[in-house]
Amino acid sequence: MSLLTLRRNFFNVHVITTTKIYRENCLNEAKTEGKSELIPSIKFRHSCLLRNQRCIAAYLYDRLLRIRALRWEYGSVLPTTIRFHMCAEEMEWFNQYKKSLATYMRSIGGEEGLDITQDMKPPKSLYIEVRCLKDHGEFEIDDGTVILLKKNSQHFLPRWKCEQLIRQGVLEHVIS
Amino acid sequence: MWWHRCSCVPLRPVYAEFELSLTAMGAKPSGRNVQGQRVCQRRPGSQGTKMEMPLWLAKGLYERKRRVLSMELPKVYREGWRTVFGADPTVVDLHKMGPYYYGLGSQLLHFDSPENPEIANTILQTFIGRFRRTMDSSQNAYNEDTSALVERLDCLERSLFKAGQSGLNSFQLWEKGRSSHLTASSLVINYRKRKITDLQA
Repeated sequence: MSLLTLRRNFFNVHVITTTKIYRENCLNEAKTEGKSELIPSIKFRHSCLLRNQRCIAAYLYDRLLRIRALRWEYGSVLPTTIRFHMCAEEMEWFNQYKKSLATYMRSIGGEEGLDITQDMKPPKSLYIEVRCLKDHGEFEIDDGTVILLKKNSQHFLPRWKCEQLIRQGVLEHVIS
Repeated sequence: MWWHRCSCVPLRPVYAEFELSLTAMGAKPSGRNVQGQRVCQRRPGSQGTKMEMPLWLAKGLYERKRRVLSMELPKVYREGWRTVFGADPTVVDLHKMGPYYYGLGSQLLHFDSPENPEIANTILQTFIGRFRRTMDSSQNAYNEDTSALVERLDCLERSLFKAGQSGLNSFQLWEKGRSSHLTASSLVINYRKRKITDLQA
């Protein structure tokens, strides 16, 4: 599941070719005027145009699906390496999607809303044992204590705090 | 390109190639679209030319009334192979006979061949005959090499097999009590792998 840079130049070529093909079709249509000779060639060009359109639509749609999955797997803030591969319109789409999701989450579950991106797997206990996989600096939990996340240190932390970091690969859930 | 029904779309072009008799008139200039695919070149007025065409093009050009194209069925859908499928559908290597047997077959029905009812029936009965075995093997092959099971399956059957395997694996995880085990997202793991290979390169 990786997102590569949008192939811009590919699209430009496509737009140019499409306009060329379309213009040829229009010319042919003007010549037709009741005769049916040129209709197969018009249909031929039209099929080509439609097919290219389908390919491009599929490519863009596939990218959008992956970007949507990023919100659920990574969280609201995407790392720069991924953002580098997205074009401006896709970033815009991502922000809109985040907003819709946040609005929805606020509307369910009573007053404070319900964070549905949490507890993606059924929780078995409130606190879990985690091991740090890389240096992440200081981490503050709800009751004010600050924990230093150094590589290979193990901690016993509340599950809801760690879930995000585990998904991002900073911590590792340890089951004894 | 023929699109597989489940819209997780791989962008490799699939050429449904079959012989077509072009009984059309009219100047058709050499066509080439963006990907530079095969050039359909015909001199004006050449009737009865046989050529290979991608499925989407044939569908676009086909017209029942005007009789621009007539389509020749690929081998697998003809009388001979239909009897084989009727006798025992499970022995056939559907991957070799065209990895998109079901999908392409369904699309071919578009071309109003007189054998359409038989083709449709054969495709359906073949699927029914093979499904049981696919489902069985996907539900019982846990943690082992499945390449032998999968190699004779067509693409639709392979996606069904994969769905079955994923269900089986999730269930086994649950049985082992690891369904509440939090893991890093697959994206993170892949990026990490990519970074390591980039560093090594």
